[in-house]
This record gives sequence, structure tokens and C-alpha cells, in this order.
Amino acid sequence: MTKPRTHRFDTLSLHAGSRPDPATGARATPIYQSASFVFPDSDHAAALFNMERAGHVYSRISNPTCAVLEERIAALEGGVGAIATASGQAALHLAIATLLGAGAHIVASRALYGGSHNLLDYTLPRFGITTTFVDPRDVDAWRGAIRPETRLLFGETLGNPGLDVLDIPRIATLAHEHGLPLLVDSTFTTPWLLRPFEHGADLVFHSATKFLSGHGVVIGGVLVDSGAFDWDAPKSRGRFPTLTEPYHGFHDMVFSEESTTAAFLLRARREGIRDFGACMAPATAWQILQGIETLPVRMQRHVDNTRRIVAFLSGQPLVGAIGYPELAQHPDHALAQRLLPRGCGAVFSFDLRATREQGRRFIESLRLFSHLANVGDAKSLVIHPASTTHFRMSADDLARAGIGEGTIRLSIGLEDPDDLIEDLSRALYAAGK
Amino acid sequence: MRLAVGTDEVYVYTGARALAPSRASIVFVHGAANDHSVWSLQSRYFAHHGRNVLAVDLPGHGRSTGAPLESVEAIAQWLVRVLDAAGVEHASLVGHSLGSLAVLEAAARAPARVDRIALLGPAVPMAVSEALMDAARGDDHVAYELIVGWSHSAAGQLGGNPVPGMWMTGTALRLMERTRPGGLAVDLGACASYANGLDAARALRCPALVVTGSRDLMAPAKSAEALIGALNGPRVVTLACGHAMMAEQPDEVLDALRAFL
Repeated sequence: MTKPRTHRFDTLSLHAGSRPDPATGARATPIYQSASFVFPDSDHAAALFNMERAGHVYSRISNPTCAVLEERIAALEGGVGAIATASGQAALHLAIATLLGAGAHIVASRALYGGSHNLLDYTLPRFGITTTFVDPRDVDAWRGAIRPETRLLFGETLGNPGLDVLDIPRIATLAHEHGLPLLVDSTFTTPWLLRPFEHGADLVFHSATKFLSGHGVVIGGVLVDSGAFDWDAPKSRGRFPTLTEPYHGFHDMVFSEESTTAAFLLRARREGIRDFGACMAPATAWQILQGIETLPVRMQRHVDNTRRIVAFLSGQPLVGAIGYPELAQHPDHALAQRLLPRGCGAVFSFDLRATREQGRRFIESLRLFSHLANVGDAKSLVIHPASTTHFRMSADDLARAGIGEGTIRLSIGLEDPDDLIEDLSRALYAAGK
Repeated sequence: MRLAVGTDEVYVYTGARALAPSRASIVFVHGAANDHSVWSLQSRYFAHHGRNVLAVDLPGHGRSTGAPLESVEAIAQWLVRVLDAAGVEHASLVGHSLGSLAVLEAAARAPARVDRIALLGPAVPMAVSEALMDAARGDDHVAYELIVGWSHSAAGQLGGNPVPGMWMTGTALRLMERTRPGGLAVDLGACASYANGLDAARALRCPALVVTGSRDLMAPAKSAEALIGALNGPRVVTLACGHAMMAEQPDEVLDALRAFL
């Protein structure tokens, strides 16, 4: 059988979207640190503005370095394209603002990053967009929360911080039965561990600050479109006027007619990035590209180290439940084996059987683990979610999200795992005194 | 814009512009398992530069209803009916791949209706590999993957899309995945069975442009040599790209069309 000519993941991590610089021959992607780009002539300028020619006008709308990143992540996710944004939060906002207006409704997993929860629960209602939060494992709850005005289903591949595994195939099927798209935050998994489009998701975003860049040096996000959702399909017809009706802000363009597969990205770039302006800086894109070049080898090491740490913690008397789906007792263990055969990432939480004071001693006794609000760094990190990332949530909401007073979240880095185990062992001893 | 052609509804992209009788018209015809959106940049340019643009979805493709047409001759006849339905007396025709054959045949059949023709990625004959045909008959996804692989140059397969942020091969694959069951096999069958290409080329009286891709594996440039020889003094442009030339080199394709149309 003749085989298709395609490149594999590790090759795309290094090459997708980039070519040697035509002006200089530079092999590495240059940082095009320019706000704007010269037009050859007036007709060319007008054609660029009116989407009649391809190219760059102004770096808020697009930039050559950012475009390489956008192509690369689209290639790795198996999508049609992407938009780089100022942060993961900007990517989430761009997705929502592109599809929804006042009066629209979202159904979301309640196991979300605290920042995403803030946006959905506190901020968007001020703009007329409301959200119903549901147990991500309860498909009936998802179904029951869908209303006539619902326009989007949203969850995280691995819920924060309990690592609830989103059953993407089932939730996507449910969404599509109702003519709705499924948006997935894939930050914790990266496309190396999970490619949500292959399981039915329609839109994916990342905080590229995390594993994609991998070194904790930049803030950035990417929003990727599978290109598979049919915004004009009978079940969806009339629900997404931003994509299917003339847009007076761009010469009455009907985005779904302009592009069969990339209507969402067209609108997101021609309106959302243009008007809200949460674009990525080219130097940031360059840093993230450097990170993605080593994503496969880093993720393997992250996962290997995490397995060692989880095994160590499992035998510690001061450690209660460990929320890592590779453990047989995790409620999503079977689902994780199906969706995440390469591993369940390098961020997980565990409960310390200790007082709040003992928890403080544990964190402050760690020497290699850095106490900070981030994950997905090459260096190992630790945080106490209840007092930091999720501190705005009520006690009930915290409990529903699986966060207790003693919950500790670790992000396992690339250090020698024996050194990490020694660090944790010392901190547990200090906490237990 | 939607037109009624027989019992079918035909979708025609016009660049959000109403057709005006005073303007010259250009009809864009896509290839197998594609739709009007493969012409998005080029068609939009002409629509906003003084031309009527009719970028059609062939029957059974994209937003057009009906069944895919089983021969190039049938598509050529259908194109003339589209002109009738749109009230366009005559037009220049631009076709890609299967669409290029349909444009050639239409110009030979209805010379009074055709001003100029531009043939992008043509091959006469347009042979289809058995492996591809077998996969298409079975609606096997591999058929789309083979086409994407053969339609993009080695460089194009790694991206570098002139359109910011778009992954070319992913876009091509996703568009073809929208093809209705059996549609690709019908399209490829029409390509493979078309035998009138050289006679149509010899009969042609209007100016012709042929655009080939030097890295085209789907319809290699040498497969257009007999066609070029049969045409009466065509303009020939060779671009350093694969079969998916409107995606790989959109500006170069546009410039070739601007210089000709």
C-alpha cells in the first residue's frame, strides 16, 4: 500500500512552520522585532488589508516569528491554524469573545484553573455571558446544563488541580449532538501527551507559559482551531452569527463563506486580535519555539520523574490521597489509560495529613522545589492552591473542585529524581516534627 | 450567492460583491474534493478590483446541493448553465486540477461564452494512481492523506504558509474530510476518464494561461507538456511549488492571473 507523505511529531516539533530565512539564510527562526512591515506599493497595501494577499501588516495582527509558532502548534495539534496570544487567559478570552456575545451561555467543567474560573464566574457575567459549572465526570450534568442559549462547552484535559481526566470523546459527542463546539484547555498535557482534536474537540488552547515553552521565562498562549466544526450545519445554524453572517467591521465578510475550515480563526484574528489586542510579542514566540523544539524529550523526562515522585509519596505516612490518574485508585484511571497512553503529565496534587502550620513547614522546608504560582517549568515547583491560585473560591467551590486545606500541588521538573525525592523527604520530616 | 441550476442549488462566492453587468466576469472552478475556498485570496482580489467573481462549489461539493458530476464533459456543460443562471453572457474561466479540465472543455464547447482560460495544475491525460483510486472508492481517509502528501512540495509540507498562522496541509486535509461519501471517487473518476483534452486544446480559440508547479507530484509539470503543445500559443508560468499552488504561492498565482486576465 502506498503510504502518505507525512512528518512525525518529533520532526514537526523542530521544523513545522519554519524555513531558513530567505533574506539571510539564518537557520534559526529570526525574531522579527518590528511593529510593522513595508508595503511594496499602494495596491499591495490595500490587498493586504482586505485579505486579498497573504502577509503581515502590523504585529498586533500578525508577525512572522509568531506565525512560525502558530503553524508549529497547529501542526502538532493536527489543526488548521492557530493564533498566538499574550497569555493563556488571553487565548481563552479570544475563543469566547469570538463565538459568544451578551446573553450567551457556557457549560464548563468545575475543575478549572483558578484564573479560568475567575473569568467565567466573576468577570464574563458583567458582559452578559454566564457559565454553569458541572462535575466533569458527570455527562448527565453536562447534558442537563445545556440551554437554548448555550454556545460552548469547555473543560481541561487534566482538571486543575485534581487531574480529573476530561472524557473528551463523550463530551465532544454530547456537544456535537447539540450543535455546539467543545473547547479544551490542553496546557497540562501538551500535544505530546494528548491531541484533543483526535478525540473530537473543536478548539484547543494552551498557556504556552507552561510545558510548551518549558522554562518559566515567558507568558504566552495559543488558540488552535481543528477546522472540523461546521458552523453552518443544520444543528448549529443561526447560533454563531459572528461567523455566519456579514461582519460590518470587515466589509461585510461572512467568515464561514470566506473560509470553509478556518472561519473561526479568521474572525478571531480580524476582530479579536485586532480589537482586543492581546497579541504575543515576537521575542516571546521565539522563546516558546525554542521550548517546543525539545518538547518530546522534555515531556518524556517530566513524566518519568513524576512517576518516581508519585511512587515515593505513595509510601509516606504523612501523605494522603494522591491525585495522579496513573494510580489505580484514581477515579479516572481507566480513562487515562485510554486517552493518555504516554503518561498523565507532571503536575499533580496530594493531600498532606497535617495541620495548616505543618503544611507551611513542608513548603518552606523544600530547597529544590520553588514555591511559586506556575507549572510546567524545567525546575520543580510547589504551591498550596487553597491559599493562592484558588483563594477566591468559596469553601464549597473548593471542596467541589477537590481542593482541601492540606492539598499541595507539585509540578515536577527535569532535575535528577533522586535529588527531588531527597528534598521531599526532608520537607516531610520537617512537617512531621 | 445561491443560484438555481436545474433542481440543484449552487453556491457561488462573489467576494461579498453583487454582480454588475458592466464588469467583466471571472469564474473560478476548484479541483477534486475541494470547494470555492481554495481560491479565497485570488477570488477576493478580483472581486475588489473591478471584476464580477463567481467562485463556484461544484455540485455535491461545499454548499452546493446535488450529486457530484461524473465526467469533465458534464462539469463543462454545468458551467455554462451556471453562467446562464447568473445572467453572465461571457466570462474568463479559471480552473485548478479537475477544474482546469472542466474549464478547458467548457471553452471548447462554448467558445462564444468564454473570453480566456487559465489552467492551474492541469495534466492531459490526468492519470490517477490505482492506490489512490482504490482508497477513494472505499472512502478511506488514506486517500485524502495521499492527496495532501502529493499536492504539497517538500518545503510546503513543513509549512511556512504565507498566510499567517495557517497550517497548509492541515487545512487541505480538513477541507477534503468534508467531502460527501463517494465524492472523491467520482471526482477522480472524472479526471481519469477525460479523453478529450488534447482535442479541446487544439479547438480552442481564446487565449490560455497554463500554470504548473515544478514540485507537483499530483499532476507533474511534464504531464501538462502535451496540453501546452496542443494549445495555440499559451502563456506558461511555472512556479516553484506543488499542486496546492493557491495555498503554497498565493501571491505568485494571483500575479500570474492578474497579468493574464
